[in-house]
Amino acid sequence: MGIIVSLGAVLAIMVVAWIGGSISGLQPIFGVLVPYAAFAVFLIGFCRKVVYWAKSPVPFRIPTTAGQEVSLPWIKWAKLDNPSTTAGVIGRMFLEIFCFRSLFRNTRADLRSGYLYYSPSKWLWLFAIGFHYAFLIIALRHLRLFVHPIPGFVETLDAVDGMFQIGIPPIYLTDLLFIGAVTALFCRRIFLSKVRFISLPADYFPLFLLLGIGITGLLMRFVFRVDIVSVKQLANGLASLHPTVPDNLGAIFFIHVALVSTLFAYFPFSKLMHMGGVFMSPTRNLANTNRMKRHENPWWTPPKFHTYEEYEDMYRDLMKEAGLPLERE
Amino acid sequence: MYDTGKVVTGLVIFVGIFTFAFWYTGGRAAPRPEPKLDTPEIQKMAKKKCVEDTQFMITTHMQLLNDLRDQALREGNRRYVNSKGEKIWISLQNTCLKCHSNKKDFCDKCHNYAGVEPYCWDCHIDPNRSEL
Repeated sequence: MGIIVSLGAVLAIMVVAWIGGSISGLQPIFGVLVPYAAFAVFLIGFCRKVVYWAKSPVPFRIPTTAGQEVSLPWIKWAKLDNPSTTAGVIGRMFLEIFCFRSLFRNTRADLRSGYLYYSPSKWLWLFAIGFHYAFLIIALRHLRLFVHPIPGFVETLDAVDGMFQIGIPPIYLTDLLFIGAVTALFCRRIFLSKVRFISLPADYFPLFLLLGIGITGLLMRFVFRVDIVSVKQLANGLASLHPTVPDNLGAIFFIHVALVSTLFAYFPFSKLMHMGGVFMSPTRNLANTNRMKRHENPWWTPPKFHTYEEYEDMYRDLMKEAGLPLERE
Repeated sequence: MYDTGKVVTGLVIFVGIFTFAFWYTGGRAAPRPEPKLDTPEIQKMAKKKCVEDTQFMITTHMQLLNDLRDQALREGNRRYVNSKGEKIWISLQNTCLKCHSNKKDFCDKCHNYAGVEPYCWDCHIDPNRSEL
């Protein structure tokens, strides 16, 4: 059900963009207005979400059981998995952000002839890291269309990515990796019953969106070719805040742009916010100093006590009158 | 907000990276390149036309060149029949570059603009290169 809803949503966006992109009067909307609006929503929404998260107090360091915390000298301390220093935290964050260490530690549990076995399972990590780095390189390569002169590192990426010179224009390795990894992540969701059980439309939708972006991109490069000079004119115009819409862009280009715009606009409100969230994870970015330092609850204020002495002061005369015993006369 | 310094620093870096294209262009769009078609050979033609029609050549010339190269060098067949039924001799230097003798003002203009570096010139040379 979730699959149908998400696929339907992505297809609906594509159809709308197809129609809009085919009508030249609507092209400024789909080529300029929608991308700008989506990008603004992305930047503002992202910052608002991060600020919202930052408003939550984290008074106590959340120790993870990923490794032994610092203890007696003869007990081996897992410096990276349970750091108690800033340097250790930086190391843990580096491994998390650049190497996806949490996914790498993934294990699977299964019963083999009546015994429960835990074994390492790296597939999710492999597809995830493949997808993320491919997407990063693809995004950086797209800078050639947005800026002029083209920075050297973009040209280098382009040359390395197309180094096998297969076909004309050359096939980029990251394109294949991107499509392959997203497909694998999608297959994982539909073929593993446990994963399918917990999958929601919000899980399928980004996958379809990314797949749509990748496929329309490849189609533009190899099948329904568009004039790259016009594409750059539009993209460069957007980046320089002097947008122009050339008249010979195909509908496929507007479909691609609409899907990317959707990704940007959808980003701050979805699970994709793990891009910002990974930096804000208390279990990752806080050193385990629970036993070394006193961590005071920031909203803690000493409660108002009403001691017996104060009570006696308050009612001394009445108590005396009634003949009750008093601690102080 | 807690850890305001760190969070704001992070957000500034985030916005800085994602708006790279905006501040790198600095509000100046590069002018659209107009490849020049005024070589002496093209001027001489009564009806100015390429082997296929313009829109096809704009979007698909790379594939055509690649296919024709394979046909000429791997199959030894240097005759190309275009969509209008005309027979054309396949040769980059003697056919394509005969008309488009201005590599700098024709090929390179768009290629540099779009950041494309075709490997034609790994094997071929531009016959009209001045330093020859």
